[in-house]
Amino acid sequence: MIVLLSIFTENNFMHIKILFFGIVKDITNSNSLDLEVDNSINIERFIQLLQETFQDFPTIGDFTVAVNEEYVEKNFVLKNNDIVAIIPPVSGG
Amino acid sequence: MKENISIILTSDKLNLTICNDFVKDDACGGIALFVGTVRNHTKGKEVLRLDFSAYKPMAIKEMNKIAEKAIEKFDISKIAIHHAVGNLKVGEVPVIIAVSSAHREASFKACQYTIDTLKRTVPIWKKEHFEDGEIWVNPHP
Repeated sequence: MIVLLSIFTENNFMHIKILFFGIVKDITNSNSLDLEVDNSINIERFIQLLQETFQDFPTIGDFTVAVNEEYVEKNFVLKNNDIVAIIPPVSGG
Repeated sequence: MKENISIILTSDKLNLTICNDFVKDDACGGIALFVGTVRNHTKGKEVLRLDFSAYKPMAIKEMNKIAEKAIEKFDISKIAIHHAVGNLKVGEVPVIIAVSSAHREASFKACQYTIDTLKRTVPIWKKEHFEDGEIWVNPHP
């Protein structure tokens, strides 16, 4: 399923895969989505788009984010084909 | 996989002997083991079982990072971090940490460091199942 997250006037977009885990998986009712987003979008803006798309999506302080299996900060800029994972508070061990 | 680090994330039952035998080393005077077990209660409520899920490739990477950090910080020889995913009943084992060192202080400290760090950083989640429902555990609300 491809979801369009923003309206753009030029053909400047990139493909992002997003993975959901834990309670966020329940909130979005999904394991993963494939998305088209604006070029050079950062994590903070990306999360805002998710909040606009999904009711009850948690606020950015309530989870961490990984891109391509590494934790990142909210100013991290996404590239085409990045894999973003929404990581709610972990509880392993 | 390095010869002094064993990282496993599996839906099979964990095996304490395998962890112990991996870290055993003739140059070491001791092995410290941490065995996590599923507790039968949480905040006064009876727990029926736990359901562990993981972001597998990243969980393995993060466990490797912890193992490498433990080797760097403490004077240890070998380390094993094994974690189970899937449904686990009360009394079953979701995690084993095994560490060997020439002298015991390093093993005790590295073992504690490893489980404490795993619980903060590794993308694994547990869902508690009770008689009347289930919740995702949040240890840092």
